[in-house]
Amino acid sequence: MRPTLAMRGLCKSYATPVLDGIDLDLLPGEVHALVGENGAGKSTLSRILAGLTPPDSGTLELEGEPYSPSNKRAAEQAGIHLVMQELNLIRTLSVAENIFLDHLPHRAGWIRYPQLHRDAAEVLARIGLPHLDPQTPVEQLGVGQQQMVEIASRLWRPCRVLILDEPTAALTDPEVASLFHQIRQLQSQGVAILYISHRLEEIRQIANRISVLRDGHLVATRLATELPIDDVVRLMVGRELGTANFTAGRTRGPIALAVRNLHAGDRVQNISFDAFRGEILGVSGLMGSGRTETVRAIFGADPIESGQIFLHGNTQPATIRSPRDAVRLGIALLTEDRKGQGLFLSLAVRENLTVNTLPSFASAVGWISRIRETASVRGWLQKLQVRCDSPEQGIAQLSGGNQQKVVVARWLLRDCDILLFDEPTRGVDVGARFEIYQLLADLAAQGKCIVVVSSDLTELMMISDRIAVLSNGRLTAEFTRHAWTQDKIMAAALSGYLSPTTTP
Amino acid sequence: MNRPAPHPVPSRSLPPASRWPREHLGTLLALAALVLVFSLATRHFFSPANFRTIANQIPSALLVATGMTYILLLGQIDLSVGSVLALSGAVVGVALSQGHWPLPAAALAGLAAGALCGAFNGLVTLRWRLPTFIVTLGTLEMARGGAHALTHSQTLYLGSAIESLADANVLGFSLPFLIAITVVLAAQLLLTRTVFGRHVIAIGTNPEAARLAGINTRPVQLAVFVSTGCLVALAALIDCSRFQAANPNAGIGLELQAIAAAVIGGTSLMGGRGSVVGTFIGVLIIAVLNSGLAAVGAKEELKRLITGAVIIAAVIADLYRHRRP
Repeated sequence: MRPTLAMRGLCKSYATPVLDGIDLDLLPGEVHALVGENGAGKSTLSRILAGLTPPDSGTLELEGEPYSPSNKRAAEQAGIHLVMQELNLIRTLSVAENIFLDHLPHRAGWIRYPQLHRDAAEVLARIGLPHLDPQTPVEQLGVGQQQMVEIASRLWRPCRVLILDEPTAALTDPEVASLFHQIRQLQSQGVAILYISHRLEEIRQIANRISVLRDGHLVATRLATELPIDDVVRLMVGRELGTANFTAGRTRGPIALAVRNLHAGDRVQNISFDAFRGEILGVSGLMGSGRTETVRAIFGADPIESGQIFLHGNTQPATIRSPRDAVRLGIALLTEDRKGQGLFLSLAVRENLTVNTLPSFASAVGWISRIRETASVRGWLQKLQVRCDSPEQGIAQLSGGNQQKVVVARWLLRDCDILLFDEPTRGVDVGARFEIYQLLADLAAQGKCIVVVSSDLTELMMISDRIAVLSNGRLTAEFTRHAWTQDKIMAAALSGYLSPTTTP
Repeated sequence: MNRPAPHPVPSRSLPPASRWPREHLGTLLALAALVLVFSLATRHFFSPANFRTIANQIPSALLVATGMTYILLLGQIDLSVGSVLALSGAVVGVALSQGHWPLPAAALAGLAAGALCGAFNGLVTLRWRLPTFIVTLGTLEMARGGAHALTHSQTLYLGSAIESLADANVLGFSLPFLIAITVVLAAQLLLTRTVFGRHVIAIGTNPEAARLAGINTRPVQLAVFVSTGCLVALAALIDCSRFQAANPNAGIGLELQAIAAAVIGGTSLMGGRGSVVGTFIGVLIIAVLNSGLAAVGAKEELKRLITGAVIIAAVIADLYRHRRP
């Protein structure tokens, strides 16, 4: 059978290779599931197909013809549609207006609402939402229905390839059922469907073939019937483990942080764990599993609904209502979005480093001693081996790794004992990552309590003493260094999505 | 040094204090050029008398623009300063002319009115996380209404009750001018040398990062709003003294002048970047432009056209200066 869409040798690099020589065929009328860990290259691949990102090299063929979309519109005109994970709806417009946004029926510019609403009702009926009024403003819908509207806005168009990126993340079971019904209809019309998801049970239900991406390589494409879930998991993680071990030479100290029954929004459900001085606790989990939300809740950055946090073995729970409370109690959060939430990009290294310790360089009335401030900054820059011209250099000019070191220095200067790192090596090039790992290990050896959230499992296994695994907002497993394997951790990370009633 | 440092931090960095003349070199040159051009164009311009006139005109604008600079540094805006100036002036005027209060008491009442308006702006903005543009637009209307209500829309003539303030002079400089200069210097030092100032800059640069760094951002922001209200009230007092009257229509368009001065001086409307010294230079540029154009006989409409062009040119020049790596 001639493939609808053929990919040959697709490569894409940003700082590091994201996709490396992908050969993949999408056949007419198949549902082709694409699975892989965070950062395996799934999203990049779908963005290339949909014309959002050009590949560095490699070719695409659409029904035998060369296909190189220059933008999303060109891809859609060729019949390739992408429904992304993030919603792209305009909240203030109606369902009908959103579905036909770029093809509103009109006469001399005047929208023909009767026709628009008729057409929209037809599309909605097809996708299993016959009772949804097309005139409803999108902002009045739940997230699940919004996702269905988003999908509906793709489905009415002439379509040869439909790419669905985690389409069921926000859907309820009946909605998933009607989505699958719709997918099967498209399938019978000969549409090729690329289905990206980490919900393996759903993939088992809907997919004909499964492809596994790992670190930018396509490691397997098999018939779904020939690939049990356990094998999928093994293929997703089965790479050579980094041999480096950053846990030597430290001993676990007293308890520093005890979290009990923490609830905060949908993504933090009944989380409990302990973290100790002199150790690194890794927190693993898939995108959206609640990792970031958990550390933010502990730090007081987002409100807590219930649960308690005990610090330094105290029997009284700590009151943390704001980041300010957390900082006073010696907790630091190094955010995932360093540029947006950590750094003051237009300011100098010095100002970034001392922003929350200024009173210690100042007289009682707040007059800062620049001499003492600069001396202290120099000391820390040297201690953490930050490469920069001077403390007055703009922070924006530093590399990601050096920026991260400056943020670490900020918290060390503040004398924080409990350091929560969210993706500490994001935006840090590979060479500098090991410096960050060594820095984390040094901090643990000095008796700090380190919690590291990361989507890179290899990274966590190199630096952590223990790894806690979150899945779908719950803590599903906790492993010590001797007990963990990549397969076990990945299985725990997926377990929360297997069925809605699963509890650890 | 005890241990070898593989990546030493060189000590050749400039001490921060020497940064500002360079930072303001462009605007200082523009100011000098304006003075030169007007001096060559007309003999009346370059004279001690004319400079003294300018010096006596700018204090209230300078005080308001200083407050505005802090507001802009926070990434906020205050459109109400002109009306608040009128309201504070009206309070002073009513206290003096109808209440027959002693001058210090009337002055304190005026300051309190300004501080209250600032506190109102700040509290409403922070409590409901509203855009200051909207909040201060509301205050602009309310304060103007309050000024008219207090004065029954009449200009209150105060005469000798208040003239002592503007007439006092030290070494040839009027007291208002000296007050304004003192405030500018203090505000500049507060900004660059104190914990408070650094926190203002941090909050204006990235409010979320500041919050996550553990800075208590609300008191800092509230303090800026209240101080701006006080500075505006001080400006009102000076204006009342200069005109020996409290005018409910005083200060119309003042907010735009203040923003213009700050922007010409290099303050960013996006927050986090700016300086009071820059704003001072901005106020001087506008004042010299006004006075010089008047001296060469330009009409009001031409003056406004040129002033507007200067504002836009200054922002474009600033853009280029900061785009350079």
